[in-house]
Amino acid sequence: MAKELDISCARPVGSEVEGVLTEPNTIKHESKKEEKTMIMIGREAPDFTAPGYQNGKFLNFKLSDYRGKWVLLCFYPGDFTFV
Amino acid sequence: MSVDSMFVHKMWDETELSKMVPGGIPFPMLSDAAGRVGSTYGVYDPEAGVETRGRFIIDPDGIIQGYEVLTPPVGRNVAESLRQIQAFQLVRKTKGKEATPSGWQPGKPTLKPGIDLVGKVWEVWNTDMAFKD
Repeated sequence: MAKELDISCARPVGSEVEGVLTEPNTIKHESKKEEKTMIMIGREAPDFTAPGYQNGKFLNFKLSDYRGKWVLLCFYPGDFTFV
Repeated sequence: MSVDSMFVHKMWDETELSKMVPGGIPFPMLSDAAGRVGSTYGVYDPEAGVETRGRFIIDPDGIIQGYEVLTPPVGRNVAESLRQIQAFQLVRKTKGKEATPSGWQPGKPTLKPGIDLVGKVWEVWNTDMAFKD
């Protein structure tokens, strides 16, 4: 399941979407048309890994680890933003 | 999930959220720097540099069954999200043989789509049922 993270100053954030290059030095600046994933109901949710906090631990979470369970994935503007 | 670091998530949980939810937030608070996941899900606003209130229901096979996106000032209705999950669970359990009409709540009648129901929904469902608990 979720892997515990070694804490350092480097990359305290930094999610990765499956199939999307995230390291700046590996991004190729080619004129190749970028394929963008479209979200659509009835289709598979794009897989990703993202660091996070849960019950006193920093862990690395992967969406596909939650197969077999119902997942409510919520995005919000920011911590401490009132609503 | 937001663009905040997991360190900020920890502080928010410890200093504020744990005062609203005993024991703190039980589920993962995810960090999405640069909005990579949010961009993929169509909820990252690059001009504001933050994510909008996107909410996705993903079933046990990893399939998106529903989503809702709100602008930042309006909060979600958690009870409605849970009601939708219960409805999707019922549909999944009955392998699509039952469907949930507008306003359905757990325990209320479902619809059984089929040739016998064509033109007869009015006999088993009325608009009052969309509003009454």
